[in-house]
Amino acid sequence: MWAFINKLRSPKWFYAISAKLQPFFWVAAAALILAGTVWGLAFAPADYQQGNSFRIIYVHVPAAFLAQSIFVSMAISGLVYMVWKIKVADMAATVMAPLGAAMTFVALFSGAVWGVPTWGTWWMWDARLTAMLILLFLYLGVIALRGAFTSRDSASRAASVLAMVGVINIPIIKYSVDWWYTLHQPATFTVTGRAAMPMEMWVPLLIMVLGFYSFFIALTLMRTRSEILRREGTKRWVQDLVTGQPEEKR
Amino acid sequence: MRASLMPLHDHKGGLMIAVKATLMRDLTLMLRRRGEMLNPLVFFALVITLFPIAISPDPELLAVIAPGLLWVAALLAALLSLDSLFRSDYDDGSLEQLLLAPQPLAALGLAKVAVHWLLTGLPLALMAPLLGIMLALPAGSYAVLALSLALGTASLSLIGAIGAALTVGLARGGVLLSLLVLPLYIPVLIFGAGAVQAAIMGDGVSAHLAILGALLAASLMLAPWAIAASLRISING
Repeated sequence: MWAFINKLRSPKWFYAISAKLQPFFWVAAAALILAGTVWGLAFAPADYQQGNSFRIIYVHVPAAFLAQSIFVSMAISGLVYMVWKIKVADMAATVMAPLGAAMTFVALFSGAVWGVPTWGTWWMWDARLTAMLILLFLYLGVIALRGAFTSRDSASRAASVLAMVGVINIPIIKYSVDWWYTLHQPATFTVTGRAAMPMEMWVPLLIMVLGFYSFFIALTLMRTRSEILRREGTKRWVQDLVTGQPEEKR
Repeated sequence: MRASLMPLHDHKGGLMIAVKATLMRDLTLMLRRRGEMLNPLVFFALVITLFPIAISPDPELLAVIAPGLLWVAALLAALLSLDSLFRSDYDDGSLEQLLLAPQPLAALGLAKVAVHWLLTGLPLALMAPLLGIMLALPAGSYAVLALSLALGTASLSLIGAIGAALTVGLARGGVLLSLLVLPLYIPVLIFGAGAVQAAIMGDGVSAHLAILGALLAASLMLAPWAIAASLRISING
């Protein structure tokens, strides 16, 4: 365990191992998303209530899943960075934040588009939409805070603390928004009120969710690698790598 | 140096003494700058004045939106005062002295936040019923308004202090501070404004107040550690 953690400390080791892992996740992401898209859009049966408009679910739900998971991963990376001072964890957290914000936006946008045929309006102060919007603001806060510091170390630690504070607050925000919604709005029509989704609809959704997760992992690996090169640019092994010298010569 | 002559363990212990000294120091400093203390209150009154002008002077309409308006305005006033929480201490270097003190920084930070609440949150809560009269807030909700604000602003001060500690080292941290802190304020706002709404409707308010108390308990437990960690980041950076 400790040997493993110590290995993780080394950006060089991570750079090498991620090069091996990366293609696997890219292939998985491409295959799963392609399969899920074709299956979900063309072969899954139309919903008896919503017709074809329900197919937005194949983008909306995976994006919403990722939006929340990425914030949690960011907070965990922040904790790892603060406790063990593993730089790679902070690099991963750095590159995750924009993707998380983008996924939150995709979830909000697809929710808005979905709202037109189902609710007849682009936006409703629905509990989950509101909670998502707040999550977007949390992401933007973390990104803005990281950008505000001139010292990279301070920026990393500040963003880690904020991500951890945010992750403690997310469930609190979630439940209070739920409470607020039930007090203020009559529960008219809930989109996920049909837990008993038929198998033919559910399987492509699962494939899409897995595909989105693979995409997240693949993209994070790739962007962490470039972040390593950017931050470790003064190190010998990076310079050797860039100038194309074989490693034995060092 | 004199300090080297004193054995270290003399400085340790005396946590209560250090907390009390921080409390007294901050109270004295704040009371010397009364104008600064009044600013959030004036801001609160001003923002409340804007709404009848912008929306409508109709008392019936105002009565409907009054709980939310009062809470949002008080929240913004509390937010406005946050930037100065650690600013002057950061500028004159006394924050570094707090960091160097052998007593835990979390406790000393908590003392500073307590003073902040005492001199902004509590006055805001006491002033809110007065502004409630001007907004035609229905009778029977005034005590709940003050109580919910008193409880809620304590959580707001604690959560906001994390943001203030994170941004104190930045030259222009003001807008960033509100960006970081406002999303975290939403639960307090929901239950604070909800308590006043419930009082107007004639429902029980104890559930709302209990949750506000729970939020305060949770922030009291967790926020001091985050404040201390953030202060260390800002000073070392």
